[in-house]
Amino acid sequence: MDLSQMDLMEVFPYAIDLVAVLLLALGIKGLSKVSSARSANGLAALALGLAVVGLLVQLQPGSTAWLWIAAGTALGGLAGLITAQRVPMTAMPETVALFNGCGGMASLLVALGVALFQSSEPNLVSRISIVISVFVGAITFSGSIVAMAKLQGWLDTPGWTQSSLRHAVNLALAGLCLVGAIGLPIEPSGWALWLLLAASTLLGIGVTLPIGGADMPVVISLLNSYSGVAAAAAGFVVGSQLLIVAGAMVGAAGLILTQVMCTAMNRSLVSVLFGGALGATSGGGSGASSDAGYTRITSCSAEECAMALEQAERVVFVPGYGLAVAQAQHSLRELSKLLEAHGVEVSYAIHPVAGRMPGHMNVLLAEADVPYEQLLEMDIINPEFPRADVVIVLGANDVVNPDAKTDPTSPLYGMPVLEVDQARQVFVVKRSLGAGYAGIANALFELPQTAMVFGDAKAVLNGLLTELRGMGVGKTPVGSAAKAKT
Amino acid sequence: MSSLSEALWVLLLGSLLGLELIGKVPPTLHTPLMSGANAISGITLLASLTLIAQANGNQALLLLGALSLGFALYNVVGGFLVTDRMLAMFSRKTKSKSNSNANPGGS
Repeated sequence: MDLSQMDLMEVFPYAIDLVAVLLLALGIKGLSKVSSARSANGLAALALGLAVVGLLVQLQPGSTAWLWIAAGTALGGLAGLITAQRVPMTAMPETVALFNGCGGMASLLVALGVALFQSSEPNLVSRISIVISVFVGAITFSGSIVAMAKLQGWLDTPGWTQSSLRHAVNLALAGLCLVGAIGLPIEPSGWALWLLLAASTLLGIGVTLPIGGADMPVVISLLNSYSGVAAAAAGFVVGSQLLIVAGAMVGAAGLILTQVMCTAMNRSLVSVLFGGALGATSGGGSGASSDAGYTRITSCSAEECAMALEQAERVVFVPGYGLAVAQAQHSLRELSKLLEAHGVEVSYAIHPVAGRMPGHMNVLLAEADVPYEQLLEMDIINPEFPRADVVIVLGANDVVNPDAKTDPTSPLYGMPVLEVDQARQVFVVKRSLGAGYAGIANALFELPQTAMVFGDAKAVLNGLLTELRGMGVGKTPVGSAAKAKT
Repeated sequence: MSSLSEALWVLLLGSLLGLELIGKVPPTLHTPLMSGANAISGITLLASLTLIAQANGNQALLLLGALSLGFALYNVVGGFLVTDRMLAMFSRKTKSKSNSNANPGGS
Protein backbone atom coordinates (compact mmCIF):
# COMPACT_ATOMS: atom_id res chain seq x y z
CA MET A 1 0.00 0.00 0.00
CA ASP A 2 1.12 3.57 -0.52
CA LEU A 3 1.33 5.27 2.85
CA SER A 4 1.34 8.81 1.52
CA GLN A 5 -2.09 8.41 -0.01
CA MET A 6 -3.88 7.22 3.14
CA ASP A 7 -6.03 9.74 4.91
CA LEU A 8 -6.75 9.75 8.62
CA MET A 9 -9.88 7.64 8.40
CA GLU A 10 -7.92 4.91 6.69
CA VAL A 11 -4.96 5.06 9.05
CA PHE A 12 -7.10 4.97 12.18
CA PRO A 13 -8.06 1.26 12.08
CA TYR A 14 -4.47 0.24 11.38
CA ALA A 15 -3.24 2.29 14.32
CA ILE A 16 -5.86 0.75 16.57
CA ASP A 17 -4.89 -2.74 15.39
CA LEU A 18 -1.24 -2.08 16.21
CA VAL A 19 -2.09 -0.82 19.69
CA ALA A 20 -4.34 -3.85 20.21
CA VAL A 21 -1.57 -6.28 19.24
CA LEU A 22 0.85 -4.51 21.56
CA LEU A 23 -1.61 -4.66 24.46
CA LEU A 24 -2.36 -8.33 23.78
CA ALA A 25 1.34 -9.19 23.85
CA LEU A 26 1.82 -7.25 27.09
CA GLY A 27 -1.30 -8.93 28.50
CA ILE A 28 -0.08 -12.47 27.82
CA LYS A 29 3.35 -11.59 29.18
CA GLY A 30 1.92 -9.99 32.32
CA LEU A 31 -0.37 -12.95 33.00
CA SER A 32 2.69 -15.08 33.74
CA LYS A 33 3.70 -13.02 36.79
CA VAL A 34 1.72 -12.95 40.04
CA SER A 35 2.16 -9.23 40.64
CA SER A 36 0.97 -8.12 37.23
CA ALA A 37 -1.49 -10.88 36.34
CA ARG A 38 -4.73 -9.12 37.19
CA SER A 39 -3.96 -5.86 35.43
CA ALA A 40 -2.61 -7.85 32.47
CA ASN A 41 -5.94 -9.62 32.18
CA GLY A 42 -7.67 -6.24 32.05
CA LEU A 43 -5.16 -5.06 29.46
CA ALA A 44 -5.94 -8.02 27.22
CA ALA A 45 -9.67 -7.37 27.60
CA LEU A 46 -9.10 -3.73 26.68
CA ALA A 47 -7.12 -4.83 23.63
CA LEU A 48 -10.02 -6.94 22.44
CA GLY A 49 -12.44 -4.08 22.96
CA LEU A 50 -10.17 -1.75 20.98
CA ALA A 51 -9.89 -4.28 18.17
CA VAL A 52 -13.68 -4.52 17.94
CA VAL A 53 -14.08 -0.74 17.82
CA GLY A 54 -11.36 -0.45 15.17
CA LEU A 55 -12.98 -3.12 13.05
CA LEU A 56 -16.47 -1.62 13.30
CA VAL A 57 -15.10 1.77 12.21
CA GLN A 58 -13.47 0.05 9.26
CA LEU A 59 -16.48 -2.04 8.25
CA GLN A 60 -19.25 0.50 8.83
CA PRO A 61 -21.98 -2.13 9.03
CA GLY A 62 -25.49 -1.28 7.80
CA SER A 63 -28.57 -1.14 10.01
CA THR A 64 -29.60 -4.78 9.41
CA ALA A 65 -26.08 -5.86 10.27
CA TRP A 66 -26.18 -3.82 13.47
CA LEU A 67 -29.36 -5.61 14.47
CA TRP A 68 -27.74 -9.01 14.11
CA ILE A 69 -24.60 -7.81 15.85
CA ALA A 70 -26.72 -6.62 18.75
CA ALA A 71 -28.52 -9.96 18.90
CA GLY A 72 -25.28 -11.98 18.94
CA THR A 73 -23.72 -9.64 21.49
CA ALA A 74 -26.70 -9.81 23.83
CA LEU A 75 -26.83 -13.59 23.59
CA GLY A 76 -23.14 -14.37 24.09
CA GLY A 77 -22.34 -11.50 26.42
CA LEU A 78 -25.17 -12.20 28.80
CA ALA A 79 -24.53 -15.94 28.87
CA GLY A 80 -20.84 -15.30 29.51
CA LEU A 81 -21.63 -12.87 32.31
CA ILE A 82 -23.98 -15.29 34.02
CA THR A 83 -21.68 -18.29 33.66
CA ALA A 84 -18.68 -16.38 34.97
CA GLN A 85 -20.53 -15.24 38.05
CA ARG A 86 -22.34 -18.46 38.87
CA VAL A 87 -19.65 -21.08 38.34
CA PRO A 88 -17.98 -22.32 41.55
CA MET A 89 -14.19 -22.14 41.84
CA THR A 90 -14.02 -25.93 42.01
CA ALA A 91 -15.41 -26.17 38.49
CA MET A 92 -12.81 -23.91 36.87
CA PRO A 93 -11.17 -26.53 34.64
CA GLU A 94 -14.41 -27.62 33.00
CA THR A 95 -15.54 -24.00 32.64
CA VAL A 96 -12.37 -23.10 30.76
CA ALA A 97 -12.96 -26.16 28.58
CA LEU A 98 -16.52 -25.03 27.82
CA PHE A 99 -15.44 -21.48 26.93
CA ASN A 100 -12.69 -22.87 24.77
CA GLY A 101 -15.06 -25.15 22.90
CA CYS A 102 -17.29 -22.16 22.12
CA GLY A 103 -14.29 -20.28 20.72
CA GLY A 104 -13.63 -23.20 18.39
CA MET A 105 -17.30 -23.31 17.42
CA ALA A 106 -17.19 -19.61 16.49
CA SER A 107 -14.28 -20.13 14.07
CA LEU A 108 -16.05 -23.16 12.62
CA LEU A 109 -19.27 -21.21 11.99
CA VAL A 110 -17.40 -18.39 10.24
CA ALA A 111 -15.73 -20.87 7.92
CA LEU A 112 -19.04 -22.60 7.23
CA GLY A 113 -20.70 -19.29 6.45
CA VAL A 114 -18.02 -18.30 3.98
CA ALA A 115 -17.94 -21.75 2.36
CA LEU A 116 -21.68 -22.10 1.97
CA PHE A 117 -23.07 -18.65 1.37
CA GLN A 118 -20.36 -16.24 0.27
CA SER A 119 -21.56 -14.72 -3.00
CA SER A 120 -18.09 -14.20 -4.45
CA GLU A 121 -16.25 -17.38 -5.41
CA PRO A 122 -13.51 -17.91 -2.74
CA ASN A 123 -9.94 -18.08 -4.02
CA LEU A 124 -7.55 -20.93 -3.30
CA VAL A 125 -6.03 -19.31 -0.20
CA SER A 126 -9.37 -18.84 1.47
CA ARG A 127 -10.42 -22.36 0.47
CA ILE A 128 -7.37 -23.78 2.22
CA SER A 129 -8.07 -21.49 5.18
CA ILE A 130 -11.63 -22.82 5.27
CA VAL A 131 -10.28 -26.38 5.46
CA ILE A 132 -8.02 -25.50 8.41
CA SER A 133 -10.70 -23.48 10.13
CA VAL A 134 -13.33 -26.22 9.88
CA PHE A 135 -10.89 -28.96 10.86
CA VAL A 136 -9.31 -27.21 13.87
CA GLY A 137 -12.54 -25.53 14.93
CA ALA A 138 -14.51 -28.79 14.97
CA ILE A 139 -11.78 -30.67 16.86
CA THR A 140 -11.50 -27.85 19.39
CA PHE A 141 -15.24 -27.81 19.91
CA SER A 142 -15.93 -31.53 20.27
CA GLY A 143 -12.68 -32.17 22.17
CA SER A 144 -13.39 -29.40 24.67
CA ILE A 145 -16.94 -30.56 25.23
CA VAL A 146 -15.75 -34.12 25.87
CA ALA A 147 -13.07 -32.79 28.24
CA MET A 148 -15.71 -30.81 30.10
CA ALA A 149 -18.08 -33.77 30.31
CA LYS A 150 -15.31 -36.02 31.62
CA LEU A 151 -14.26 -33.51 34.28
CA GLN A 152 -17.90 -33.09 35.32
CA GLY A 153 -18.20 -36.84 35.62
CA TRP A 154 -20.85 -37.04 32.90
CA LEU A 155 -18.66 -39.29 30.79
CA ASP A 156 -16.58 -42.30 31.76
CA THR A 157 -13.61 -43.69 29.91
CA PRO A 158 -15.13 -46.50 27.80
CA GLY A 159 -13.19 -49.76 27.81
CA TRP A 160 -12.61 -49.94 24.07
CA THR A 161 -10.80 -46.60 24.11
CA GLN A 162 -8.05 -48.18 26.20
CA SER A 163 -7.26 -50.83 23.61
CA SER A 164 -5.35 -50.29 20.41
CA LEU A 165 -8.72 -50.24 18.64
CA ARG A 166 -8.93 -46.52 19.30
CA HIS A 167 -5.79 -45.87 17.27
CA ALA A 168 -7.40 -47.66 14.33
CA VAL A 169 -10.63 -45.70 14.73
CA ASN A 170 -8.83 -42.38 15.03
CA LEU A 171 -6.56 -43.16 12.08
CA ALA A 172 -9.61 -43.97 9.97
CA LEU A 173 -11.23 -40.68 11.03
CA ALA A 174 -8.05 -38.78 10.26
CA GLY A 175 -8.05 -40.44 6.83
CA LEU A 176 -11.62 -39.25 6.23
CA CYS A 177 -10.58 -35.74 7.32
CA LEU A 178 -7.77 -35.86 4.78
CA VAL A 179 -10.17 -36.91 2.01
CA GLY A 180 -12.49 -34.05 2.92
CA ALA A 181 -9.59 -31.62 3.16
CA ILE A 182 -8.40 -32.52 -0.32
CA GLY A 183 -11.91 -32.49 -1.76
CA LEU A 184 -13.02 -29.22 -0.20
CA PRO A 185 -10.85 -26.70 -2.09
CA ILE A 186 -12.09 -28.21 -5.36
CA GLU A 187 -15.74 -27.70 -4.50
CA PRO A 188 -16.12 -25.52 -1.37
CA SER A 189 -19.78 -26.12 -0.57
CA GLY A 190 -20.18 -29.78 -1.57
CA TRP A 191 -19.92 -33.19 0.11
CA ALA A 192 -16.27 -32.64 1.10
CA LEU A 193 -17.23 -29.89 3.53
CA TRP A 194 -19.72 -32.09 5.36
CA LEU A 195 -17.34 -35.04 5.37
CA LEU A 196 -14.58 -32.88 6.81
CA LEU A 197 -16.95 -31.41 9.41
CA ALA A 198 -18.29 -34.79 10.55
CA ALA A 199 -14.93 -36.55 10.55
CA SER A 200 -13.13 -33.76 12.46
CA THR A 201 -15.90 -33.59 15.06
CA LEU A 202 -15.68 -37.35 15.62
CA LEU A 203 -11.90 -37.18 15.65
CA GLY A 204 -12.00 -34.57 18.41
CA ILE A 205 -14.15 -36.95 20.45
CA GLY A 206 -12.07 -40.00 19.60
CA VAL A 207 -8.81 -38.32 20.60
CA THR A 208 -10.05 -36.83 23.87
CA LEU A 209 -12.23 -39.67 25.16
CA PRO A 210 -9.40 -42.10 26.01
CA ILE A 211 -7.45 -39.55 28.03
CA GLY A 212 -7.64 -39.98 31.80
CA GLY A 213 -8.93 -37.25 34.08
CA ALA A 214 -5.50 -36.59 35.59
CA ASP A 215 -4.18 -35.51 32.21
CA MET A 216 -7.22 -33.44 31.29
CA PRO A 217 -5.66 -30.04 32.21
CA VAL A 218 -2.91 -30.66 29.67
CA VAL A 219 -5.52 -31.53 27.06
CA ILE A 220 -7.52 -28.38 27.80
CA SER A 221 -4.37 -26.31 27.49
CA LEU A 222 -3.60 -27.98 24.17
CA LEU A 223 -7.14 -27.45 22.91
CA ASN A 224 -6.77 -23.84 23.98
CA SER A 225 -3.75 -23.61 21.74
CA TYR A 226 -5.84 -25.14 18.92
CA SER A 227 -8.52 -22.51 19.32
CA GLY A 228 -5.79 -19.91 18.75
CA VAL A 229 -4.89 -21.70 15.54
CA ALA A 230 -8.57 -21.80 14.58
CA ALA A 231 -8.79 -18.05 15.15
CA ALA A 232 -5.72 -17.46 12.98
CA ALA A 233 -7.26 -19.61 10.25
CA ALA A 234 -10.48 -17.61 10.50
CA GLY A 235 -8.26 -14.55 10.09
CA PHE A 236 -7.10 -15.90 6.73
CA VAL A 237 -10.70 -16.68 5.76
CA VAL A 238 -11.98 -13.14 6.34
CA GLY A 239 -8.65 -11.41 5.67
CA SER A 240 -7.86 -9.89 9.04
CA GLN A 241 -4.21 -9.48 9.97
CA LEU A 242 -5.04 -8.69 13.57
CA LEU A 243 -6.85 -11.98 13.88
CA ILE A 244 -3.89 -13.82 12.37
CA VAL A 245 -1.41 -12.23 14.79
CA ALA A 246 -3.59 -12.72 17.86
CA GLY A 247 -4.50 -16.29 16.92
CA ALA A 248 -0.89 -17.19 16.20
CA MET A 249 0.22 -15.62 19.48
CA VAL A 250 -2.35 -17.50 21.56
CA GLY A 251 -1.69 -20.71 19.66
CA ALA A 252 2.05 -20.55 20.26
CA ALA A 253 1.78 -19.35 23.86
CA GLY A 254 -0.75 -22.11 24.55
CA LEU A 255 1.70 -24.66 23.21
CA ILE A 256 4.40 -23.39 25.57
CA LEU A 257 2.00 -23.45 28.52
CA THR A 258 1.03 -27.01 27.62
CA GLN A 259 4.70 -27.94 27.66
CA VAL A 260 5.25 -26.20 31.01
CA MET A 261 2.29 -28.08 32.48
CA CYS A 262 3.52 -31.41 31.14
CA THR A 263 6.90 -30.79 32.76
CA ALA A 264 5.22 -29.98 36.08
CA MET A 265 3.40 -33.31 35.92
CA ASN A 266 6.41 -35.19 34.62
CA ARG A 267 4.46 -36.40 31.60
CA SER A 268 5.38 -36.08 27.98
CA LEU A 269 2.83 -34.64 25.61
CA VAL A 270 3.03 -37.75 23.43
CA SER A 271 2.22 -40.09 26.32
CA VAL A 272 -0.66 -37.85 27.39
CA LEU A 273 -2.16 -37.86 23.91
CA PHE A 274 -1.54 -41.43 22.85
CA GLY A 275 -0.77 -43.33 26.06
CA GLY A 276 -4.35 -43.66 27.29
CA ALA A 277 -5.40 -43.19 30.89
CA LEU A 278 -2.60 -43.80 33.40
CA GLY A 279 -2.84 -47.18 35.09
CA ALA A 280 -5.92 -48.15 33.16
CA THR A 281 -3.91 -49.60 30.30
CA SER A 282 -3.88 -53.04 31.88
CA GLY A 283 -7.65 -53.23 31.64
CA GLY A 284 -10.66 -52.13 33.62
CA GLY A 285 -9.93 -54.49 36.52
CA SER A 286 -6.80 -52.71 37.71
CA GLY A 287 -8.69 -50.25 39.88
CA ALA A 288 -10.42 -52.99 41.79
CA SER A 289 -7.33 -55.14 42.24
CA SER A 290 -5.22 -52.29 43.61
CA ASP A 291 -8.05 -51.60 46.01
CA ALA A 292 -7.85 -55.10 47.43
CA GLY A 293 -4.05 -55.04 47.35
CA TYR A 294 -3.61 -53.17 50.59
CA THR A 295 -2.62 -55.41 53.51
CA ARG A 296 -1.27 -53.21 56.30
CA ILE A 297 -3.79 -50.42 56.64
CA THR A 298 -4.26 -48.69 59.97
CA SER A 299 -7.37 -46.64 60.32
CA CYS A 300 -8.26 -44.29 63.13
CA SER A 301 -11.03 -42.02 64.28
CA ALA A 302 -11.19 -38.25 64.21
CA GLU A 303 -10.68 -38.29 67.96
CA GLU A 304 -7.25 -39.94 67.75
CA CYS A 305 -6.29 -37.60 64.99
CA ALA A 306 -7.39 -34.61 67.06
CA MET A 307 -5.26 -35.82 69.98
CA ALA A 308 -2.21 -35.99 67.75
CA LEU A 309 -2.93 -32.48 66.47
CA GLU A 310 -3.29 -31.16 69.97
CA GLN A 311 0.22 -32.42 70.86
CA ALA A 312 1.87 -31.27 67.64
CA GLU A 313 4.10 -28.26 67.19
CA ARG A 314 4.26 -28.26 63.43
CA VAL A 315 1.39 -29.36 61.25
CA VAL A 316 1.39 -29.53 57.48
CA PHE A 317 -1.81 -29.90 55.46
CA VAL A 318 -1.64 -31.47 52.01
CA PRO A 319 -4.83 -30.47 50.20
CA GLY A 320 -5.93 -32.32 47.08
CA TYR A 321 -8.90 -32.56 44.81
CA GLY A 322 -10.95 -34.43 47.45
CA LEU A 323 -10.85 -31.24 49.50
CA ALA A 324 -12.18 -29.25 46.57
CA VAL A 325 -14.95 -31.75 45.86
CA ALA A 326 -16.08 -31.70 49.48
CA GLN A 327 -15.94 -27.87 49.47
CA ALA A 328 -13.97 -28.24 52.68
CA GLN A 329 -11.53 -25.37 52.24
CA HIS A 330 -13.42 -23.18 54.72
CA SER A 331 -13.47 -25.90 57.38
CA LEU A 332 -9.76 -26.40 56.80
CA ARG A 333 -9.11 -22.72 57.29
CA GLU A 334 -11.16 -22.83 60.50
CA LEU A 335 -9.17 -25.78 61.79
CA SER A 336 -5.84 -24.13 61.08
CA LYS A 337 -6.97 -20.93 62.80
CA LEU A 338 -7.84 -22.98 65.86
CA LEU A 339 -4.47 -24.72 65.80
CA GLU A 340 -2.62 -21.46 65.33
CA ALA A 341 -4.43 -20.02 68.34
CA HIS A 342 -3.12 -23.06 70.21
CA GLY A 343 0.45 -22.17 69.20
CA VAL A 344 0.81 -24.73 66.44
CA GLU A 345 2.80 -23.79 63.36
CA VAL A 346 0.57 -24.50 60.37
CA SER A 347 1.50 -24.62 56.71
CA TYR A 348 0.03 -26.00 53.51
CA ALA A 349 2.02 -28.08 51.04
CA ILE A 350 0.94 -27.33 47.50
CA HIS A 351 1.94 -29.78 44.81
CA PRO A 352 2.29 -28.13 41.39
CA VAL A 353 -0.63 -30.16 40.07
CA ALA A 354 -2.71 -30.37 43.24
CA GLY A 355 -6.37 -30.37 42.38
CA ARG A 356 -7.24 -31.10 38.81
CA MET A 357 -5.37 -28.26 37.31
CA PRO A 358 -2.05 -26.63 38.16
CA GLY A 359 -2.69 -23.67 40.45
CA HIS A 360 -6.22 -24.89 41.17
CA MET A 361 -5.54 -25.45 44.88
CA ASN A 362 -4.05 -21.99 45.36
CA VAL A 363 -7.21 -20.48 43.96
CA LEU A 364 -9.43 -22.58 46.25
CA LEU A 365 -7.47 -21.85 49.41
CA ALA A 366 -7.28 -18.18 48.55
CA GLU A 367 -11.06 -18.24 48.39
CA ALA A 368 -11.11 -19.49 52.00
CA ASP A 369 -8.80 -16.66 53.12
CA VAL A 370 -5.78 -18.83 53.76
CA PRO A 371 -2.80 -16.46 54.06
CA TYR A 372 -0.72 -16.58 50.90
CA GLU A 373 2.57 -17.06 52.77
CA GLN A 374 1.36 -20.30 54.38
CA LEU A 375 1.02 -21.94 50.97
CA LEU A 376 4.38 -23.56 50.39
CA GLU A 377 5.36 -25.00 47.05
CA MET A 378 6.90 -28.41 46.75
CA ASP A 379 10.58 -27.42 46.59
CA ILE A 380 10.24 -25.35 49.75
CA ILE A 381 8.14 -27.72 51.83
CA ASN A 382 9.90 -30.99 50.98
CA PRO A 383 12.99 -30.35 53.17
CA GLU A 384 10.60 -29.34 55.97
CA PHE A 385 8.66 -32.62 56.17
CA PRO A 386 11.18 -34.35 58.53
CA ARG A 387 10.48 -31.51 61.00
CA ALA A 388 6.72 -31.88 60.79
CA ASP A 389 5.00 -33.60 63.71
CA VAL A 390 1.73 -34.26 61.92
CA VAL A 391 0.89 -34.24 58.24
CA ILE A 392 -2.74 -34.39 57.21
CA VAL A 393 -3.39 -35.43 53.62
CA LEU A 394 -6.82 -34.26 52.51
CA GLY A 395 -8.08 -35.91 49.39
CA ALA A 396 -4.67 -36.02 47.72
CA ASN A 397 -3.29 -39.34 46.57
CA ASP A 398 -0.88 -39.68 43.67
CA VAL A 399 1.07 -36.53 44.57
CA VAL A 400 2.10 -38.05 47.91
CA ASN A 401 2.90 -41.56 46.63
CA PRO A 402 6.46 -42.45 47.76
CA ASP A 403 6.66 -45.07 44.95
CA ALA A 404 7.29 -42.21 42.57
CA LYS A 405 10.75 -41.86 44.16
CA THR A 406 11.60 -45.45 45.01
CA ASP A 407 9.84 -47.90 42.70
CA PRO A 408 11.08 -47.82 39.10
CA THR A 409 8.23 -50.10 38.04
CA SER A 410 5.56 -47.66 39.20
CA PRO A 411 3.85 -45.71 36.41
CA LEU A 412 4.35 -42.64 38.58
CA TYR A 413 8.12 -43.21 38.85
CA GLY A 414 10.00 -39.98 38.37
CA MET A 415 7.05 -37.70 39.07
CA PRO A 416 8.02 -35.11 41.66
CA VAL A 417 6.01 -35.81 44.82
CA LEU A 418 5.54 -34.28 48.24
CA GLU A 419 7.77 -36.26 50.61
CA VAL A 420 5.06 -36.76 53.19
CA ASP A 421 6.53 -40.11 54.26
CA GLN A 422 9.38 -38.20 55.97
CA ALA A 423 7.04 -36.78 58.60
CA ARG A 424 6.66 -38.32 62.08
CA GLN A 425 2.97 -38.98 61.75
CA VAL A 426 0.71 -38.95 58.72
CA PHE A 427 -3.08 -38.95 58.61
CA VAL A 428 -4.73 -39.56 55.29
CA VAL A 429 -8.30 -38.33 55.05
CA LYS A 430 -10.00 -40.23 52.28
CA ARG A 431 -13.45 -41.52 51.50
CA SER A 432 -12.31 -45.06 50.72
CA LEU A 433 -9.26 -47.03 49.74
CA GLY A 434 -10.07 -46.51 46.07
CA ALA A 435 -7.16 -45.74 43.82
CA GLY A 436 -6.34 -42.14 42.93
CA TYR A 437 -6.83 -40.44 39.62
CA ALA A 438 -3.91 -42.31 38.16
CA GLY A 439 -5.49 -45.60 39.28
CA ILE A 440 -2.42 -46.73 41.24
CA ALA A 441 -2.08 -48.13 44.77
CA ASN A 442 -0.36 -45.77 47.20
CA ALA A 443 2.49 -47.18 49.29
CA LEU A 444 2.10 -44.29 51.72
CA PHE A 445 -1.09 -45.81 53.12
CA GLU A 446 0.78 -48.89 54.34
CA LEU A 447 3.65 -47.12 56.10
CA PRO A 448 3.78 -47.65 59.89
CA GLN A 449 3.44 -43.93 60.66
CA THR A 450 0.36 -43.56 58.45
CA ALA A 451 -3.21 -43.83 59.67
CA MET A 452 -6.28 -43.52 57.49
CA VAL A 453 -9.21 -41.40 58.58
CA PHE A 454 -12.08 -42.54 56.40
CA GLY A 455 -14.75 -40.05 55.48
CA ASP A 456 -15.63 -37.02 53.46
CA ALA A 457 -12.99 -34.30 53.91
CA LYS A 458 -15.48 -31.75 55.18
CA ALA A 459 -17.13 -34.14 57.64
CA VAL A 460 -13.75 -35.24 59.01
CA LEU A 461 -12.50 -31.66 59.36
CA ASN A 462 -15.67 -30.63 61.17
CA GLY A 463 -15.29 -33.67 63.39
CA LEU A 464 -11.73 -32.62 64.21
CA LEU A 465 -12.94 -29.11 64.99
CA THR A 466 -15.54 -30.47 67.42
CA GLU A 467 -13.02 -32.77 69.10
CA LEU A 468 -10.41 -30.05 69.45
CA ARG A 469 -12.91 -27.56 70.82
CA GLY A 470 -14.08 -30.25 73.22
CA MET A 471 -10.51 -30.56 74.46
CA GLY A 472 -10.49 -26.84 75.07
CA VAL A 473 -8.02 -26.09 72.31
CA GLY A 474 -8.05 -22.45 71.33
CA LYS A 475 -10.07 -21.37 74.35
CA THR A 476 -7.31 -21.63 76.92
CA PRO A 477 -3.78 -20.19 76.78
CA VAL A 478 -1.10 -22.43 75.34
CA GLY A 479 0.33 -24.94 77.81
CA SER A 480 -2.53 -24.94 80.31
CA ALA A 481 -4.28 -28.20 81.00
CA ALA A 482 -7.12 -29.21 78.73
CA LYS A 483 -10.50 -28.43 80.14
CA ALA A 484 -13.11 -31.08 80.63
CA LYS A 485 -15.85 -31.32 78.06
CA THR A 486 -18.66 -28.91 78.71
CA MET B 1 -5.17 -7.83 3.32
CA SER B 2 -2.79 -6.72 0.63
CA SER B 3 -1.25 -10.03 -0.16
CA LEU B 4 -0.79 -13.61 0.93
CA SER B 5 2.89 -13.18 1.64
CA GLU B 6 2.16 -10.31 3.98
CA ALA B 7 -0.35 -12.47 5.85
CA LEU B 8 2.14 -15.31 6.08
CA TRP B 9 4.78 -12.97 7.53
CA VAL B 10 2.26 -11.82 10.08
CA LEU B 11 1.50 -15.44 10.96
CA LEU B 12 5.17 -16.29 11.33
CA LEU B 13 6.06 -13.27 13.46
CA GLY B 14 2.95 -13.69 15.62
CA SER B 15 3.83 -17.33 16.29
CA LEU B 16 7.42 -16.44 17.19
CA LEU B 17 6.20 -13.73 19.53
CA GLY B 18 3.82 -16.18 21.19
CA LEU B 19 6.60 -18.71 21.71
CA GLU B 20 8.76 -16.10 23.44
CA LEU B 21 6.10 -14.39 25.53
CA ILE B 22 5.87 -16.93 28.32
CA GLY B 23 8.96 -18.67 29.54
CA LYS B 24 8.67 -19.45 33.22
CA VAL B 25 5.21 -19.52 34.74
CA PRO B 26 4.74 -20.21 38.46
CA PRO B 27 2.36 -23.18 38.88
CA THR B 28 0.00 -20.89 40.79
CA LEU B 29 -0.71 -19.06 37.58
CA HIS B 30 -1.15 -22.01 35.23
CA THR B 31 -4.94 -22.01 35.54
CA PRO B 32 -5.45 -18.22 35.28
CA LEU B 33 -2.99 -17.96 32.40
CA MET B 34 -4.74 -20.73 30.51
CA SER B 35 -8.08 -19.12 31.17
CA GLY B 36 -6.82 -15.67 30.10
CA ALA B 37 -5.22 -16.97 26.92
CA ASN B 38 -8.45 -18.82 26.22
CA ALA B 39 -10.42 -15.58 26.50
CA ILE B 40 -8.04 -13.93 24.02
CA SER B 41 -8.61 -16.74 21.52
CA GLY B 42 -12.21 -15.58 21.44
CA ILE B 43 -10.85 -12.76 19.28
CA THR B 44 -12.30 -14.79 16.45
CA LEU B 45 -15.34 -12.59 17.10
CA LEU B 46 -13.64 -10.15 14.71
CA ALA B 47 -14.26 -12.69 11.96
CA SER B 48 -17.90 -13.03 13.04
CA LEU B 49 -18.35 -9.25 12.85
CA THR B 50 -16.77 -9.16 9.41
CA LEU B 51 -19.07 -11.93 8.25
CA ILE B 52 -22.16 -10.05 9.46
CA ALA B 53 -21.06 -6.69 8.04
CA GLN B 54 -20.31 -8.18 4.63
CA ALA B 55 -23.37 -10.41 4.45
CA ASN B 56 -25.15 -8.11 1.98
CA GLY B 57 -28.51 -9.01 3.40
CA ASN B 58 -28.00 -12.77 3.04
CA GLN B 59 -30.14 -14.10 5.90
CA ALA B 60 -28.23 -17.35 6.32
CA LEU B 61 -24.92 -15.50 6.56
CA LEU B 62 -26.37 -13.06 9.06
CA LEU B 63 -27.68 -15.88 11.21
CA LEU B 64 -24.43 -17.85 11.09
CA GLY B 65 -22.49 -14.68 11.81
CA ALA B 66 -24.66 -13.76 14.78
CA LEU B 67 -24.46 -17.30 16.16
CA SER B 68 -20.71 -17.34 15.84
CA LEU B 69 -20.53 -13.88 17.41
CA GLY B 70 -22.55 -15.22 20.33
CA PHE B 71 -20.25 -18.20 20.82
CA ALA B 72 -17.11 -16.07 20.52
CA LEU B 73 -18.41 -13.42 22.89
CA TYR B 74 -19.40 -16.11 25.39
CA ASN B 75 -15.77 -17.21 25.29
CA VAL B 76 -14.43 -13.66 25.62
CA VAL B 77 -16.73 -12.25 28.29
CA GLY B 78 -16.87 -15.44 30.37
CA GLY B 79 -13.14 -16.02 29.98
CA PHE B 80 -11.97 -12.60 31.09
CA LEU B 81 -14.43 -12.40 33.99
CA VAL B 82 -13.55 -15.85 35.29
CA THR B 83 -9.85 -15.07 35.03
CA ASP B 84 -10.40 -11.85 36.92
CA ARG B 85 -12.31 -13.70 39.62
CA MET B 86 -9.42 -16.09 40.10
CA LEU B 87 -6.77 -13.39 40.11
CA ALA B 88 -8.73 -11.14 42.43
CA MET B 89 -8.25 -13.75 45.13
CA PHE B 90 -4.49 -13.59 44.82
CA SER B 91 -4.27 -9.83 44.98
CA ARG B 92 -6.52 -9.72 48.04
CA LYS B 93 -4.20 -12.20 49.70
CA THR B 94 -1.03 -10.21 49.16
CA LYS B 95 -2.66 -7.06 50.50
CA SER B 96 -4.03 -8.65 53.67
CA LYS B 97 -0.62 -10.07 54.64
CA SER B 98 -0.16 -7.79 57.62
CA ASN B 99 -3.67 -8.63 58.83
CA SER B 100 -3.26 -12.36 58.90
CA ASN B 101 0.14 -12.10 60.58
CA ALA B 102 -1.44 -10.29 63.49
CA ASN B 103 -4.08 -12.97 64.07
CA PRO B 104 -2.06 -15.98 65.25
CA GLY B 105 -0.12 -13.77 67.63
CA GLY B 106 -3.22 -13.49 69.78
CA SER B 107 -2.71 -16.79 71.57
